[in-house]
Amino acid sequence: MADAPRKLTWRIGEVVETSPDTLRTKRLFLDVPGWVGHRAGQHVDVRLTAEDGYQAQRSYSIASAPENGRVELLIERLEDGEVSPYLTDEIRAGDGLELRGPIGGWFAWEAREGGPLFLVAGGSGIAPLMAMIRHRQAAGNDTPVRLLFSSRSYEDIIFREELERLAAEDETLQIAHTLTRSTPPGWEGYARRIDEEMLGEVAFSADERPLTFVCGPTPLVETVATALVGLGHEPARVKTERFGPTGG
Amino acid sequence: MGVRCCTTVHVYDAVVIGAGGFGRRHNEPQAHMFDPDFGGVPEWVYSRRSTTAGGIDMGRGFISRGFRGRRRQAEADDRVPPGQYLVEGFPVLSAGPTPHTPLAEWSFAIEGEVDEPKTWSWEQFRALPSEEFTRDIHCVTKWSKLGTTWEGVSVDLLLEGVDTAAEYVVAFCDGGYTTNLPLEEATGGKAWIAHTYEGEPLPPEHGGPARLLVPHLYLWKSAKWVRGLRLVTEDEPGFWESLGYHNHGDPWHEQRYWGD
Amino acid sequence: MDEHKLDGNAAAGVLAEIFTFEITTARSTCASCGATGEVGAQMAYVSEIGTVVRCAVCDNPLIRVVRQDDGPQRYWLDLKGIEYLQLQERL
Repeated sequence: MADAPRKLTWRIGEVVETSPDTLRTKRLFLDVPGWVGHRAGQHVDVRLTAEDGYQAQRSYSIASAPENGRVELLIERLEDGEVSPYLTDEIRAGDGLELRGPIGGWFAWEAREGGPLFLVAGGSGIAPLMAMIRHRQAAGNDTPVRLLFSSRSYEDIIFREELERLAAEDETLQIAHTLTRSTPPGWEGYARRIDEEMLGEVAFSADERPLTFVCGPTPLVETVATALVGLGHEPARVKTERFGPTGG
Repeated sequence: MGVRCCTTVHVYDAVVIGAGGFGRRHNEPQAHMFDPDFGGVPEWVYSRRSTTAGGIDMGRGFISRGFRGRRRQAEADDRVPPGQYLVEGFPVLSAGPTPHTPLAEWSFAIEGEVDEPKTWSWEQFRALPSEEFTRDIHCVTKWSKLGTTWEGVSVDLLLEGVDTAAEYVVAFCDGGYTTNLPLEEATGGKAWIAHTYEGEPLPPEHGGPARLLVPHLYLWKSAKWVRGLRLVTEDEPGFWESLGYHNHGDPWHEQRYWGD
Repeated sequence: MDEHKLDGNAAAGVLAEIFTFEITTARSTCASCGATGEVGAQMAYVSEIGTVVRCAVCDNPLIRVVRQDDGPQRYWLDLKGIEYLQLQERL
Protein backbone atom coordinates (compact mmCIF):
# COMPACT_ATOMS: atom_id res chain seq x y z
CA MET A 1 0.00 0.00 0.00
CA ALA A 2 1.16 3.51 -0.69
CA ASP A 3 0.82 4.60 2.94
CA ALA A 4 0.18 2.63 6.10
CA PRO A 5 -3.24 3.30 7.60
CA ARG A 6 -3.03 5.77 10.46
CA LYS A 7 -5.36 6.12 13.36
CA LEU A 8 -7.15 9.41 13.49
CA THR A 9 -5.65 11.66 16.17
CA TRP A 10 -6.56 15.06 17.54
CA ARG A 11 -4.41 17.86 16.25
CA ILE A 12 -4.23 21.55 17.01
CA GLY A 13 -4.73 23.81 14.04
CA GLU A 14 -3.83 27.46 14.11
CA VAL A 15 -6.48 29.93 13.06
CA VAL A 16 -4.70 32.13 10.53
CA GLU A 17 -7.70 34.15 9.46
CA THR A 18 -11.38 34.58 10.13
CA SER A 19 -13.66 36.30 7.70
CA PRO A 20 -17.40 36.91 7.82
CA ASP A 21 -19.37 35.68 4.83
CA THR A 22 -23.05 36.34 5.39
CA LEU A 23 -24.61 37.89 8.50
CA ARG A 24 -24.77 34.54 10.24
CA THR A 25 -21.71 32.80 8.87
CA LYS A 26 -17.98 33.02 9.20
CA ARG A 27 -15.10 31.37 7.38
CA LEU A 28 -12.22 30.03 9.45
CA PHE A 29 -8.87 29.38 7.79
CA LEU A 30 -6.60 26.97 9.61
CA ASP A 31 -3.06 25.77 9.25
CA VAL A 32 -2.98 22.25 10.66
CA PRO A 33 0.45 20.73 11.36
CA GLY A 34 0.59 17.15 10.20
CA TRP A 35 -2.50 17.50 7.99
CA VAL A 36 -2.58 14.59 5.58
CA GLY A 37 -4.94 16.19 3.09
CA HIS A 38 -8.57 15.43 2.39
CA ARG A 39 -11.09 14.57 -0.30
CA ALA A 40 -13.74 17.12 -1.18
CA GLY A 41 -16.83 16.43 0.93
CA GLN A 42 -15.09 15.17 4.06
CA HIS A 43 -15.40 16.81 7.43
CA VAL A 44 -13.48 17.39 10.63
CA ASP A 45 -14.50 17.00 14.23
CA VAL A 46 -13.78 20.12 16.27
CA ARG A 47 -13.36 19.92 20.03
CA LEU A 48 -13.49 22.80 22.49
CA THR A 49 -12.13 22.40 26.01
CA ALA A 50 -12.89 24.77 28.86
CA GLU A 51 -10.43 25.40 31.68
CA ASP A 52 -12.20 22.98 34.00
CA GLY A 53 -11.93 20.23 31.43
CA TYR A 54 -15.48 20.43 30.09
CA GLN A 55 -15.55 19.56 26.40
CA ALA A 56 -17.93 20.06 23.51
CA GLN A 57 -17.47 18.52 20.10
CA ARG A 58 -19.07 19.18 16.70
CA SER A 59 -18.47 18.20 13.08
CA TYR A 60 -17.82 20.73 10.31
CA SER A 61 -17.39 20.09 6.62
CA ILE A 62 -14.17 21.21 5.01
CA ALA A 63 -15.05 23.91 2.48
CA SER A 64 -11.62 24.22 0.93
CA ALA A 65 -10.37 22.23 -2.03
CA PRO A 66 -7.83 19.49 -1.28
CA GLU A 67 -5.41 21.38 -3.51
CA ASN A 68 -5.44 24.23 -0.99
CA GLY A 69 -3.02 23.49 1.85
CA ARG A 70 -5.08 25.48 4.32
CA VAL A 71 -8.23 24.00 5.86
CA GLU A 72 -11.26 26.23 5.57
CA LEU A 73 -14.36 25.70 7.72
CA LEU A 74 -17.66 27.44 7.20
CA ILE A 75 -19.41 28.11 10.51
CA GLU A 76 -23.05 29.09 10.81
CA ARG A 77 -23.89 30.75 14.09
CA LEU A 78 -26.84 29.02 15.71
CA GLU A 79 -28.69 31.17 18.24
CA ASP A 80 -28.81 28.53 20.93
CA GLY A 81 -25.62 26.82 19.86
CA GLU A 82 -22.86 25.99 22.27
CA VAL A 83 -19.96 25.66 19.86
CA SER A 84 -20.89 27.81 16.86
CA PRO A 85 -21.12 31.14 18.76
CA TYR A 86 -17.62 30.51 20.11
CA LEU A 87 -16.33 29.92 16.59
CA THR A 88 -18.06 32.94 15.09
CA ASP A 89 -17.78 35.44 17.96
CA GLU A 90 -14.77 34.54 20.06
CA ILE A 91 -12.09 32.68 18.16
CA ARG A 92 -9.56 34.85 16.36
CA ALA A 93 -6.39 34.64 14.31
CA GLY A 94 -3.61 33.20 16.43
CA ASP A 95 -5.88 30.95 18.46
CA GLY A 96 -5.57 27.20 18.37
CA LEU A 97 -8.46 24.93 17.45
CA GLU A 98 -8.37 21.26 18.28
CA LEU A 99 -9.65 19.11 15.46
CA ARG A 100 -9.31 15.70 13.85
CA GLY A 101 -9.79 14.63 10.30
CA PRO A 102 -10.35 14.21 7.52
CA ILE A 103 -13.34 12.04 8.28
CA GLY A 104 -15.99 10.34 6.19
CA GLY A 105 -14.79 8.99 2.87
CA TRP A 106 -18.28 7.97 1.82
CA PHE A 107 -19.55 11.50 1.25
CA ALA A 108 -16.70 12.63 -0.98
CA TRP A 109 -16.02 13.27 -4.65
CA GLU A 110 -12.85 13.31 -6.67
CA ALA A 111 -12.76 14.80 -10.16
CA ARG A 112 -11.50 11.54 -11.61
CA GLU A 113 -14.78 9.88 -10.60
CA GLY A 114 -16.53 11.91 -13.26
CA GLY A 115 -20.22 12.68 -13.31
CA PRO A 116 -22.23 14.51 -14.29
CA LEU A 117 -22.33 15.96 -10.79
CA PHE A 118 -25.54 17.20 -9.18
CA LEU A 119 -25.16 19.14 -5.96
CA VAL A 120 -28.03 20.25 -3.76
CA ALA A 121 -27.37 22.49 -0.77
CA GLY A 122 -29.52 23.97 1.95
CA GLY A 123 -27.91 26.89 3.75
CA SER A 124 -24.56 25.99 5.28
CA GLY A 125 -24.88 22.59 3.61
CA ILE A 126 -23.03 24.30 0.80
CA ALA A 127 -19.73 23.78 2.65
CA PRO A 128 -18.79 20.25 1.51
CA LEU A 129 -20.21 20.91 -1.95
CA MET A 130 -18.11 24.07 -2.22
CA ALA A 131 -15.07 21.91 -1.60
CA MET A 132 -16.13 19.77 -4.54
CA ILE A 133 -16.68 22.79 -6.79
CA ARG A 134 -13.35 24.32 -5.80
CA HIS A 135 -11.56 21.01 -6.23
CA ARG A 136 -13.03 20.58 -9.69
CA GLN A 137 -11.81 24.02 -10.64
CA ALA A 138 -8.35 23.54 -9.14
CA ALA A 139 -8.03 20.23 -10.95
CA GLY A 140 -8.97 21.86 -14.26
CA ASN A 141 -11.78 19.37 -14.63
CA ASP A 142 -14.81 19.94 -16.83
CA THR A 143 -17.24 17.34 -15.49
CA PRO A 144 -20.65 18.97 -15.98
CA VAL A 145 -21.93 20.15 -12.62
CA ARG A 146 -25.19 21.69 -11.53
CA LEU A 147 -25.75 23.22 -8.13
CA LEU A 148 -29.22 23.81 -6.72
CA PHE A 149 -28.78 26.06 -3.71
CA SER A 150 -31.53 26.91 -1.25
CA SER A 151 -31.06 29.96 0.98
CA ARG A 152 -33.36 32.11 3.08
CA SER A 153 -32.67 35.32 1.20
CA TYR A 154 -30.24 36.84 -1.28
CA GLU A 155 -28.10 38.21 1.54
CA ASP A 156 -27.96 34.74 3.08
CA ILE A 157 -26.40 33.08 0.04
CA ILE A 158 -23.10 31.77 1.37
CA PHE A 159 -20.11 32.08 -1.00
CA ARG A 160 -22.38 34.07 -3.30
CA GLU A 161 -19.73 36.18 -5.04
CA GLU A 162 -17.33 33.31 -5.56
CA LEU A 163 -20.10 31.13 -6.98
CA GLU A 164 -21.14 33.92 -9.36
CA ARG A 165 -17.60 34.36 -10.54
CA LEU A 166 -16.99 30.63 -11.01
CA ALA A 167 -20.21 30.19 -12.95
CA ALA A 168 -19.47 33.21 -15.12
CA GLU A 169 -16.05 31.83 -16.02
CA ASP A 170 -17.16 28.25 -16.61
CA GLU A 171 -20.19 27.31 -18.62
CA THR A 172 -19.98 23.67 -17.48
CA LEU A 173 -20.86 24.90 -13.97
CA GLN A 174 -24.54 25.84 -13.72
CA ILE A 175 -26.11 27.24 -10.60
CA ALA A 176 -29.79 27.61 -9.73
CA HIS A 177 -30.77 29.44 -6.58
CA THR A 178 -33.97 29.27 -4.66
CA LEU A 179 -34.85 31.68 -1.88
CA THR A 180 -37.33 30.55 0.72
CA ARG A 181 -38.11 33.60 2.86
CA SER A 182 -37.60 36.75 0.85
CA THR A 183 -36.51 37.79 -2.63
CA PRO A 184 -34.85 40.97 -3.84
CA PRO A 185 -36.62 43.16 -6.38
CA GLY A 186 -36.41 41.75 -9.87
CA TRP A 187 -35.51 38.26 -8.65
CA GLU A 188 -35.86 35.73 -11.45
CA GLY A 189 -34.75 32.59 -9.62
CA TYR A 190 -36.91 30.15 -7.70
CA ALA A 191 -38.70 31.43 -4.64
CA ARG A 192 -39.83 28.43 -2.64
CA ARG A 193 -38.60 25.34 -0.84
CA ILE A 194 -37.13 22.70 -3.08
CA ASP A 195 -39.75 20.29 -4.36
CA GLU A 196 -40.05 17.55 -6.94
CA GLU A 197 -41.16 19.93 -9.66
CA MET A 198 -38.10 22.12 -9.19
CA LEU A 199 -35.83 19.10 -9.18
CA GLY A 200 -37.46 17.85 -12.37
CA GLU A 201 -36.51 21.12 -14.02
CA VAL A 202 -33.02 21.50 -12.63
CA ALA A 203 -31.54 18.05 -12.12
CA PHE A 204 -29.82 15.99 -14.76
CA SER A 205 -32.14 13.33 -16.12
CA ALA A 206 -31.96 9.92 -14.51
CA ASP A 207 -30.65 8.54 -17.82
CA GLU A 208 -27.51 10.59 -17.42
CA ARG A 209 -26.78 8.73 -14.16
CA PRO A 210 -25.40 11.70 -12.27
CA LEU A 211 -23.53 11.44 -8.99
CA THR A 212 -25.64 13.42 -6.55
CA PHE A 213 -24.64 14.94 -3.22
CA VAL A 214 -27.26 16.57 -0.99
CA CYS A 215 -26.33 18.42 2.18
CA GLY A 216 -28.37 20.51 4.57
CA PRO A 217 -31.11 20.32 7.17
CA THR A 218 -32.75 16.93 7.44
CA PRO A 219 -36.16 17.91 6.00
CA LEU A 220 -34.55 19.33 2.84
CA VAL A 221 -32.27 16.35 2.43
CA GLU A 222 -35.07 13.84 2.79
CA THR A 223 -37.37 15.73 0.43
CA VAL A 224 -34.67 15.89 -2.22
CA ALA A 225 -33.51 12.29 -1.88
CA THR A 226 -37.04 10.94 -2.00
CA ALA A 227 -37.94 13.10 -4.98
CA LEU A 228 -34.85 12.14 -6.96
CA VAL A 229 -35.47 8.44 -6.41
CA GLY A 230 -39.06 9.10 -7.48
CA LEU A 231 -37.70 10.64 -10.67
CA GLY A 232 -35.82 7.45 -11.39
CA HIS A 233 -32.38 8.16 -9.96
CA GLU A 234 -30.46 5.23 -8.50
CA PRO A 235 -30.43 5.44 -4.68
CA ALA A 236 -26.80 4.33 -4.54
CA ARG A 237 -25.82 7.37 -6.61
CA VAL A 238 -27.61 9.83 -4.32
CA LYS A 239 -25.51 10.56 -1.26
CA THR A 240 -26.90 12.54 1.62
CA GLU A 241 -25.49 14.42 4.57
CA ARG A 242 -28.19 15.34 7.03
CA PHE A 243 -27.27 18.06 9.50
CA GLY A 244 -29.26 16.85 12.46
CA PRO A 245 -30.08 19.01 15.46
CA THR A 246 -26.50 19.88 16.37
CA GLY A 247 -25.30 20.68 12.87
CA GLY A 248 -23.12 23.76 13.31
CA MET B 1 -1.67 1.04 -11.66
CA GLY B 2 -2.67 0.09 -8.16
CA VAL B 3 -4.00 -3.20 -6.98
CA ARG B 4 -7.62 -3.87 -6.25
CA CYS B 5 -7.60 -5.63 -2.92
CA CYS B 6 -10.74 -7.16 -1.54
CA THR B 7 -10.84 -8.58 1.94
CA THR B 8 -13.85 -10.36 3.32
CA VAL B 9 -13.98 -10.36 7.08
CA HIS B 10 -16.44 -12.73 8.72
CA VAL B 11 -17.61 -11.31 11.97
CA TYR B 12 -19.23 -13.42 14.67
CA ASP B 13 -20.21 -12.16 18.10
CA ALA B 14 -17.70 -9.38 17.75
CA VAL B 15 -17.62 -7.81 21.17
CA VAL B 16 -14.36 -6.13 21.90
CA ILE B 17 -13.63 -5.12 25.42
CA GLY B 18 -10.87 -3.06 26.81
CA ALA B 19 -9.11 -1.62 23.81
CA GLY B 20 -7.21 0.49 26.28
CA GLY B 21 -4.31 2.75 25.57
CA PHE B 22 -5.98 4.97 23.01
CA GLY B 23 -5.84 8.68 23.33
CA ARG B 24 -5.29 10.64 26.43
CA ARG B 25 -4.38 9.07 29.74
CA HIS B 26 -5.29 10.73 32.98
CA ASN B 27 -2.57 12.97 34.36
CA GLU B 28 -0.23 12.45 31.46
CA PRO B 29 0.43 14.84 28.64
CA GLN B 30 -1.34 14.05 25.42
CA ALA B 31 0.92 11.77 23.43
CA HIS B 32 0.56 13.63 20.17
CA MET B 33 1.98 16.82 21.56
CA PHE B 34 5.41 15.21 21.91
CA ASP B 35 5.14 13.04 18.86
CA PRO B 36 8.01 13.80 16.50
CA ASP B 37 5.56 13.41 13.61
CA PHE B 38 3.51 16.23 15.00
CA GLY B 39 5.98 18.70 13.67
CA GLY B 40 6.62 22.19 14.84
CA VAL B 41 4.45 22.77 17.87
CA PRO B 42 3.84 26.48 18.18
CA GLU B 43 5.03 28.31 21.29
CA TRP B 44 1.50 29.27 22.28
CA VAL B 45 0.50 25.65 22.72
CA TYR B 46 2.95 25.16 25.55
CA SER B 47 2.12 28.42 27.20
CA ARG B 48 -1.55 27.50 27.13
CA ARG B 49 -0.86 24.14 28.73
CA SER B 50 0.48 25.94 31.74
CA THR B 51 -2.82 27.73 32.20
CA THR B 52 -4.64 25.31 34.39
CA ALA B 53 -7.53 25.20 36.76
CA GLY B 54 -6.40 26.20 40.19
CA GLY B 55 -2.74 25.66 39.44
CA ILE B 56 -3.15 21.90 39.14
CA ASP B 57 -1.89 20.42 35.88
CA MET B 58 -4.88 18.33 34.83
CA GLY B 59 -2.86 16.81 32.01
CA ARG B 60 -5.63 17.68 29.60
CA GLY B 61 -3.43 19.46 27.11
CA PHE B 62 -5.06 22.02 24.94
CA ILE B 63 -7.51 24.53 26.39
CA SER B 64 -9.67 26.61 24.05
CA ARG B 65 -9.08 30.23 24.98
CA GLY B 66 -12.25 31.89 26.14
CA PHE B 67 -14.52 28.86 25.88
CA ARG B 68 -16.86 28.34 28.79
CA GLY B 69 -19.61 26.12 27.48
CA ARG B 70 -23.28 26.49 28.12
CA ARG B 71 -23.70 24.47 31.26
CA ARG B 72 -23.89 25.89 34.76
CA GLN B 73 -21.31 24.86 37.27
CA ALA B 74 -22.77 22.59 39.90
CA GLU B 75 -22.66 24.56 43.13
CA ALA B 76 -21.48 22.40 45.98
CA ASP B 77 -24.96 20.97 46.02
CA ASP B 78 -25.71 17.74 47.73
CA ARG B 79 -28.44 17.14 45.18
CA VAL B 80 -25.89 16.85 42.39
CA PRO B 81 -24.09 13.49 42.26
CA PRO B 82 -20.32 13.36 41.76
CA GLY B 83 -19.11 14.22 38.28
CA GLN B 84 -22.39 15.78 37.16
CA TYR B 85 -23.21 19.31 36.02
CA LEU B 86 -26.55 21.06 35.70
CA VAL B 87 -28.18 21.86 32.35
CA GLU B 88 -31.03 24.16 31.52
CA GLY B 89 -32.53 22.29 28.59
CA PHE B 90 -33.50 18.65 28.45
CA PRO B 91 -31.00 16.96 26.13
CA VAL B 92 -32.25 14.20 23.86
CA LEU B 93 -29.96 11.24 23.28
CA SER B 94 -31.07 8.73 20.67
CA ALA B 95 -29.95 5.18 19.94
CA GLY B 96 -32.48 4.67 17.18
CA PRO B 97 -35.48 6.09 15.35
CA THR B 98 -38.17 7.75 17.44
CA PRO B 99 -41.16 5.41 17.52
CA HIS B 100 -44.62 6.79 16.81
CA THR B 101 -46.96 4.05 17.92
CA PRO B 102 -50.56 5.23 17.55
CA LEU B 103 -52.32 5.24 20.91
CA ALA B 104 -55.00 2.93 19.53
CA GLU B 105 -52.29 0.32 19.02
CA TRP B 106 -50.39 0.99 22.25
CA SER B 107 -50.45 -1.45 25.13
CA PHE B 108 -48.49 -2.03 28.32
CA ALA B 109 -47.81 -5.51 29.65
CA ILE B 110 -46.59 -7.20 32.80
CA GLU B 111 -45.35 -10.61 31.74
CA GLY B 112 -42.72 -13.28 32.31
CA GLU B 113 -42.47 -15.09 35.65
CA VAL B 114 -46.06 -14.34 36.62
CA ASP B 115 -49.13 -16.51 37.00
CA GLU B 116 -51.25 -14.24 34.87
CA PRO B 117 -49.77 -11.69 32.48
CA LYS B 118 -51.56 -8.35 32.53
CA THR B 119 -52.04 -5.82 29.77
CA TRP B 120 -53.58 -2.39 29.56
CA SER B 121 -54.65 -0.45 26.52
CA TRP B 122 -53.88 3.27 26.51
CA GLU B 123 -57.37 4.07 27.74
CA GLN B 124 -57.13 1.50 30.50
CA PHE B 125 -53.68 2.70 31.45
CA ARG B 126 -54.77 6.34 31.65
CA ALA B 127 -57.75 5.34 33.72
CA LEU B 128 -55.42 4.06 36.44
CA PRO B 129 -54.61 6.41 39.32
CA SER B 130 -51.60 8.59 38.49
CA GLU B 131 -49.21 10.31 40.83
CA GLU B 132 -47.62 13.70 40.33
CA PHE B 133 -44.02 13.72 41.48
CA THR B 134 -40.94 15.89 41.31
CA ARG B 135 -37.50 14.38 41.06
CA ASP B 136 -33.94 15.09 40.11
CA ILE B 137 -32.69 13.17 37.09
CA HIS B 138 -29.12 12.25 36.21
CA CYS B 139 -27.74 11.14 32.86
CA VAL B 140 -24.61 9.04 32.65
CA THR B 141 -23.30 11.57 30.11
CA LYS B 142 -22.93 13.87 33.11
CA TRP B 143 -25.84 16.25 32.91
CA SER B 144 -28.41 16.54 35.69
CA LYS B 145 -31.71 18.35 35.99
CA LEU B 146 -33.13 19.14 39.37
CA GLY B 147 -36.77 19.31 40.23
CA THR B 148 -38.34 17.83 37.10
CA THR B 149 -42.07 17.27 37.41
CA TRP B 150 -43.84 14.22 36.10
CA GLU B 151 -47.09 12.38 36.27
CA GLY B 152 -47.33 8.63 35.95
CA VAL B 153 -48.59 5.33 37.26
CA SER B 154 -46.54 3.77 40.01
CA VAL B 155 -44.97 0.45 39.08
CA ASP B 156 -46.16 -0.78 42.49
CA LEU B 157 -49.72 -0.25 41.32
CA LEU B 158 -49.11 -2.11 38.07
CA LEU B 159 -47.63 -5.02 40.03
CA GLU B 160 -50.44 -5.15 42.54
CA GLY B 161 -51.70 -8.67 42.86
CA VAL B 162 -48.87 -10.06 40.78
CA ASP B 163 -47.38 -13.19 42.30
CA THR B 164 -43.82 -13.81 41.29
CA ALA B 165 -40.60 -15.49 42.31
CA ALA B 166 -38.72 -13.22 39.95
CA GLU B 167 -36.02 -10.99 41.37
CA TYR B 168 -35.29 -9.00 38.23
CA VAL B 169 -37.24 -7.07 35.68
CA VAL B 170 -36.50 -6.22 32.05
CA ALA B 171 -38.21 -3.17 30.57
CA PHE B 172 -38.88 -3.61 26.87
CA CYS B 173 -39.74 -0.85 24.42
CA ASP B 174 -40.82 0.09 20.93
CA GLY B 175 -37.76 0.00 18.73
CA GLY B 176 -36.20 -2.88 20.68
CA TYR B 177 -34.51 -1.02 23.53
CA THR B 178 -34.26 -2.87 26.82
CA THR B 179 -32.91 -2.16 30.27
CA ASN B 180 -32.72 -4.33 33.37
CA LEU B 181 -32.99 -3.79 37.10
CA PRO B 182 -33.56 -5.74 40.29
CA LEU B 183 -37.29 -5.90 41.01
CA GLU B 184 -36.75 -4.20 44.34
CA GLU B 185 -35.28 -1.16 42.55
CA ALA B 186 -38.48 -0.81 40.54
CA THR B 187 -40.80 -1.11 43.51
CA GLY B 188 -41.34 0.55 46.86
CA GLY B 189 -42.21 3.89 45.33
CA LYS B 190 -39.02 4.09 43.26
CA ALA B 191 -40.41 3.76 39.73
CA TRP B 192 -43.27 4.91 37.54
CA ILE B 193 -44.58 4.58 34.03
CA ALA B 194 -44.67 8.30 33.27
CA HIS B 195 -46.99 9.86 30.69
CA THR B 196 -46.82 13.55 31.54
CA TYR B 197 -43.83 15.86 31.83
CA GLU B 198 -44.04 19.42 33.10
CA GLY B 199 -47.82 19.27 32.84
CA GLU B 200 -47.88 18.27 29.15
CA PRO B 201 -48.16 14.89 27.46
CA LEU B 202 -44.71 13.39 27.29
CA PRO B 203 -43.30 14.29 23.85
CA PRO B 204 -42.09 11.45 21.59
CA GLU B 205 -38.47 12.66 21.68
CA HIS B 206 -38.48 12.20 25.48
CA GLY B 207 -40.12 8.80 25.33
CA GLY B 208 -43.80 9.57 24.83
CA PRO B 209 -46.47 8.38 25.07
CA ALA B 210 -44.98 6.69 28.14
CA ARG B 211 -41.58 5.90 29.56
CA LEU B 212 -40.24 4.12 32.58
CA LEU B 213 -38.91 6.52 35.17
CA VAL B 214 -36.47 5.29 37.81
CA PRO B 215 -34.90 8.55 38.97
CA HIS B 216 -32.57 7.10 41.59
CA LEU B 217 -30.54 5.43 38.85
CA TYR B 218 -28.86 6.92 35.77
CA LEU B 219 -31.41 7.98 33.19
CA TRP B 220 -30.60 5.25 30.64
CA LYS B 221 -32.52 2.96 33.00
CA SER B 222 -35.62 5.14 32.54
CA ALA B 223 -36.49 3.44 29.30
CA LYS B 224 -38.23 5.56 26.69
CA TRP B 225 -41.21 4.23 24.72
CA VAL B 226 -41.68 1.45 27.28
CA ARG B 227 -44.24 -1.20 26.39
CA GLY B 228 -43.92 -3.54 29.33
CA LEU B 229 -41.99 -5.12 32.13
CA ARG B 230 -40.89 -8.72 31.95
CA LEU B 231 -40.22 -10.34 35.31
CA VAL B 232 -37.31 -12.78 35.19
CA THR B 233 -35.48 -15.01 37.63
CA GLU B 234 -32.08 -14.29 36.12
CA ASP B 235 -30.76 -10.86 35.38
CA GLU B 236 -30.57 -9.95 31.69
CA PRO B 237 -28.31 -7.03 30.83
CA GLY B 238 -30.11 -4.63 28.51
CA PHE B 239 -29.14 -2.57 25.49
CA TRP B 240 -26.47 -0.43 27.15
CA GLU B 241 -25.67 -2.76 30.06
CA SER B 242 -24.47 -5.33 27.57
CA LEU B 243 -22.15 -2.82 25.95
CA GLY B 244 -20.10 -1.31 28.75
CA TYR B 245 -22.58 0.50 30.93
CA HIS B 246 -22.80 -0.52 34.56
CA ASN B 247 -25.37 -3.15 35.38
CA HIS B 248 -26.72 -1.20 38.34
CA GLY B 249 -26.13 2.46 37.49
CA ASP B 250 -26.21 4.34 40.83
CA PRO B 251 -25.21 7.97 40.21
CA TRP B 252 -24.22 8.46 43.84
CA HIS B 253 -21.51 5.85 43.47
CA GLU B 254 -20.71 6.92 39.88
CA GLN B 255 -21.53 3.49 38.56
CA ARG B 256 -21.21 4.46 34.91
CA TYR B 257 -19.23 1.65 33.27
CA TRP B 258 -18.32 -1.98 33.89
CA GLY B 259 -16.02 -2.30 36.80
CA ASP B 260 -16.87 1.09 38.33
CA MET C 1 -38.79 13.58 10.28
CA ASP C 2 -36.37 12.37 12.92
CA GLU C 3 -33.74 14.96 13.77
CA HIS C 4 -31.43 12.45 15.35
CA LYS C 5 -31.30 10.12 12.39
CA LEU C 6 -28.09 10.91 10.52
CA ASP C 7 -26.27 9.33 7.62
CA GLY C 8 -23.78 6.57 8.41
CA ASN C 9 -21.01 9.00 7.57
CA ALA C 10 -21.74 10.78 10.87
CA ALA C 11 -20.40 7.75 12.73
CA ALA C 12 -17.11 7.97 10.85
CA GLY C 13 -15.37 9.99 13.56
CA VAL C 14 -15.83 7.63 16.48
CA LEU C 15 -15.32 4.58 14.25
CA ALA C 16 -12.04 6.07 13.02
CA GLU C 17 -10.82 5.82 16.63
CA ILE C 18 -11.09 2.06 16.33
CA PHE C 19 -10.68 1.11 12.69
CA THR C 20 -7.66 2.12 10.70
CA PHE C 21 -9.42 1.51 7.40
CA GLU C 22 -12.13 3.72 5.93
CA ILE C 23 -15.26 2.18 7.41
CA THR C 24 -17.86 4.35 5.69
CA THR C 25 -17.10 2.84 2.31
CA ALA C 26 -16.97 -0.73 3.62
CA ARG C 27 -19.94 -2.82 2.48
CA SER C 28 -21.97 -4.42 5.24
CA THR C 29 -24.55 -7.18 5.02
CA CYS C 30 -27.29 -6.91 7.62
CA ALA C 31 -27.48 -10.07 9.72
CA SER C 32 -31.20 -9.51 10.18
CA CYS C 33 -32.61 -8.73 6.73
CA GLY C 34 -29.68 -9.41 4.42
CA ALA C 35 -29.60 -5.92 2.89
CA THR C 36 -26.16 -4.95 1.64
CA GLY C 37 -24.77 -1.47 1.31
CA GLU C 38 -21.97 0.86 2.26
CA VAL C 39 -21.80 1.67 5.96
CA GLY C 40 -22.00 5.36 5.03
CA ALA C 41 -25.39 4.75 3.46
CA GLN C 42 -26.89 3.31 6.64
CA MET C 43 -28.41 5.38 9.44
CA ALA C 44 -26.36 6.66 12.36
CA TYR C 45 -27.47 7.74 15.82
CA VAL C 46 -24.58 9.55 17.46
CA SER C 47 -24.57 10.91 21.01
CA GLU C 48 -22.39 11.04 24.09
CA ILE C 49 -23.85 7.82 25.43
CA GLY C 50 -22.84 5.85 22.36
CA THR C 51 -23.10 5.47 18.60
CA VAL C 52 -25.44 3.07 16.84
CA VAL C 53 -25.36 2.46 13.10
CA ARG C 54 -28.60 0.85 11.94
CA CYS C 55 -29.59 -0.90 8.75
CA ALA C 56 -31.26 1.63 6.44
CA VAL C 57 -33.78 -1.03 5.44
CA CYS C 58 -34.81 -2.71 8.70
CA ASP C 59 -33.29 -0.57 11.53
CA ASN C 60 -31.39 -3.53 12.94
CA PRO C 61 -28.32 -2.28 14.85
CA LEU C 62 -25.31 -3.08 12.67
CA ILE C 63 -22.62 -1.43 14.77
CA ARG C 64 -22.82 -0.29 18.38
CA VAL C 65 -19.97 1.57 20.05
CA VAL C 66 -19.51 2.87 23.57
CA ARG C 67 -16.44 4.83 24.55
CA GLN C 68 -15.32 5.53 28.09
CA ASP C 69 -13.14 8.63 28.36
CA ASP C 70 -12.58 8.95 32.10
CA GLY C 71 -10.06 6.82 33.85
CA PRO C 72 -9.00 3.99 31.56
CA GLN C 73 -10.04 4.78 28.02
CA ARG C 74 -12.07 1.78 26.93
CA TYR C 75 -14.24 0.95 23.96
CA TRP C 76 -17.01 -1.58 23.65
CA LEU C 77 -17.79 -2.60 20.11
CA ASP C 78 -20.64 -4.81 18.95
CA LEU C 79 -20.73 -5.91 15.33
CA LYS C 80 -23.20 -8.79 15.75
CA GLY C 81 -25.68 -7.07 13.46
CA ILE C 82 -23.31 -7.38 10.53
CA GLU C 83 -23.12 -10.66 8.70
CA TYR C 84 -19.82 -9.64 7.20
CA LEU C 85 -17.92 -6.51 6.23
CA GLN C 86 -16.30 -6.19 2.85
CA LEU C 87 -13.37 -3.84 2.72
CA GLN C 88 -11.91 -2.64 -0.53
CA GLU C 89 -8.88 -0.51 -1.02
CA ARG C 90 -9.39 2.53 -3.18
CA LEU C 91 -7.56 2.56 -6.49
